[in-house]
Amino acid sequence: MNTALLYSILSMGGIGLLFSILIALANKKLHVEEDPRIGQISELLPNANCGACGFAGCANFAEALVGGKADLSSCPVTGNDAREVIARILGVDVATGERQVAVVFCRGGDGIVARQAEYRGVATCSAAQIVGGGERACSYGCIGLGDCVVACPFDAIHMNPERIPVVDRAKCTGCGKCVTACPRGVIELHPISHHVFVMCKNEDNPKVSRSVCKHACLACMICERAVNGQGFKVVNNLARVDHAVYTKELVLPTEKCPTKCIVIVGTADEH
Amino acid sequence: MSLKTFAKGVHPAEFKSLSEDKPIEKMPLPSEVFIPLQQHIGAPCTPVVEKGQMVKTGQVIGKSGGFVSSTIHATITGKIKTIEKFPHPLGINVPMVNIMAEGEEELLPLENLPEKWENASREEILDIILRAGIVGLGGAAFPTQVKLNPPKGKSIDTFIVNGCECEPFLTADHRMMLEQSQELLTGIRIIMKVLNVKRTFIGIEANKMNAVDTLRQATKSFSEITVVPLKVKYPQGAEKMLIDAILNRHVPPGGLPLDVGVVVQNVGTTIAIAQAVTAGKPLIERVVTVTGDAINEPKNVLVRIGTSFQQLLDFCGGLTNNAAKIIMGGPMMGVAQSSLQVPVIKATSGIVCLSDKYTQAKPIYPCIQCGNCVSACPMNLLPTRLARYAEVGNLIMAENLGILNCIECGSCAFVCPAHIPLVQQIRLGKLQINELKRKSKSI
Repeated sequence: MNTALLYSILSMGGIGLLFSILIALANKKLHVEEDPRIGQISELLPNANCGACGFAGCANFAEALVGGKADLSSCPVTGNDAREVIARILGVDVATGERQVAVVFCRGGDGIVARQAEYRGVATCSAAQIVGGGERACSYGCIGLGDCVVACPFDAIHMNPERIPVVDRAKCTGCGKCVTACPRGVIELHPISHHVFVMCKNEDNPKVSRSVCKHACLACMICERAVNGQGFKVVNNLARVDHAVYTKELVLPTEKCPTKCIVIVGTADEH
Repeated sequence: MSLKTFAKGVHPAEFKSLSEDKPIEKMPLPSEVFIPLQQHIGAPCTPVVEKGQMVKTGQVIGKSGGFVSSTIHATITGKIKTIEKFPHPLGINVPMVNIMAEGEEELLPLENLPEKWENASREEILDIILRAGIVGLGGAAFPTQVKLNPPKGKSIDTFIVNGCECEPFLTADHRMMLEQSQELLTGIRIIMKVLNVKRTFIGIEANKMNAVDTLRQATKSFSEITVVPLKVKYPQGAEKMLIDAILNRHVPPGGLPLDVGVVVQNVGTTIAIAQAVTAGKPLIERVVTVTGDAINEPKNVLVRIGTSFQQLLDFCGGLTNNAAKIIMGGPMMGVAQSSLQVPVIKATSGIVCLSDKYTQAKPIYPCIQCGNCVSACPMNLLPTRLARYAEVGNLIMAENLGILNCIECGSCAFVCPAHIPLVQQIRLGKLQINELKRKSKSI
């Protein structure tokens, strides 16, 4: 056999062996005793590292939980089952709240809302917001450049062909990233049992809102009258839903709304 | 003789010949005006009138809402139709007072004026400026009485009148210097008295030599006032660049001209002060340059605040058929408009109407690290880095690199061969940083 080959195998193997022994020793010597609960909780957390809790990632959050520096409720993503298990590990009581999902309060997509200008700047909603709000004429609704899509760590929000974000209610964890990303405040978190929404944020005078968008709320009061004020209330030129009344059942004056801005989202059997 | 100037900067084409020889024309009174309750930096005004009320020109309709604030006056005589949100030239909807012209035009002058301003006290003059609603007319609209009232401990030794008008197209200040040199002189003397300074410079770019000659003539008997012609370069009219050019003093990062003993006022503001203090005229009108290749008759117009752009453009012969972009202010720092219903505000120095010839969309390419923006930035920043850090949300690095010192002059975006919207990105970063600072303060 070639001696050069032999020497190199021997020397490389020797060095490898030496270092592995050193690492093994260091592992023993520098071992940090970690609370085993951190590992357990870490596994139960969603591990999406979305940052919604305010910590750098799920592992950090787990550490903070065990150290008593954080509250489990600040993670909106963890499901109820996992929550209970974590609460048992920590030995605390945790209120298992209802799952929250993001809801987009605008239907003014391309072709529906009037255009006010051609926008050529930085292609993000937050940048368009500071120079007059981009190309859509409505100053309350969706800008359509998809900051919320980029912000979502769970791939649960997408642009439809009209450039209005659509939330995948099954995937949405309610982390609220899209809510903060939206410069207009068009996205809100709502319990999954809420199905009826007025999909408009325009508080302008009805004359103005009618001129900018086909699906704008015109504050016409038809919905409020249809339910005798039970569940719908028009405040500041905009109808608002009282979810205490309209939560569980899906009966409602959607078809009466002249601009079709009252919409049923999701189904009663989802959870 | 080499002219004074600052380091770096850019040389955009001037386009001033369109309107620089047109004397200021007074526009007939508009039939209705929309007067925003916030036209200045600082706290918005609180309305003191009601729907349906009759008002006279010069009557106060909005009272100062804080220390950094101003006063708003009715600019025509008539009836208040409504107080509601209307579109504002800055792209937002703000509460405005909508007045329909009715009855005979009548101007209410300011009350409690001194017989002779020479005998008035400093406080009296500052009070008149506040009551007259005077703000910086160069475009930033900072309340003037605040600027002329430096905090204790700052000593001011120099007053500079800004007659640079370095933005392309605009000629309003140029015409005012030619036509209202006596009022300008009075304004300068009033401000010198208020600030108690012994010397004044009038900085004028050398493309307005006739204004330099006129003002040299007018100020001949005042040895403490010097007219300084400056090299034609953008942004010569930015306060910090102007101080650098004339006095070779450098405003420290994050500082104000006050920190180097200087106060700068725009020509229009100085004239407005003279008119308020000597004649009791509140700030109800201003000179606006209506220009560009897409307007039929470029003009310098004296127009009432609150007149809609539409009415003003109609007065200038209307837009041509190929009009593509309307900008409030100059093309470098101005704001593109999406509606002609927006009113002329105190900060409207010009309306530039451009045809499709000048507004073609250019594709945005990635940065090639050529450094053109770095050699253009008059504030010695690294625009490409700042924009990149702002884009990826690394606000800490952006702040470390001095993003908050950016004066948003637009020189970097002007020279960028990749057409990157640097200023917009940097502005967004600045806003986000300031917002974070506000939040961390309030916690």
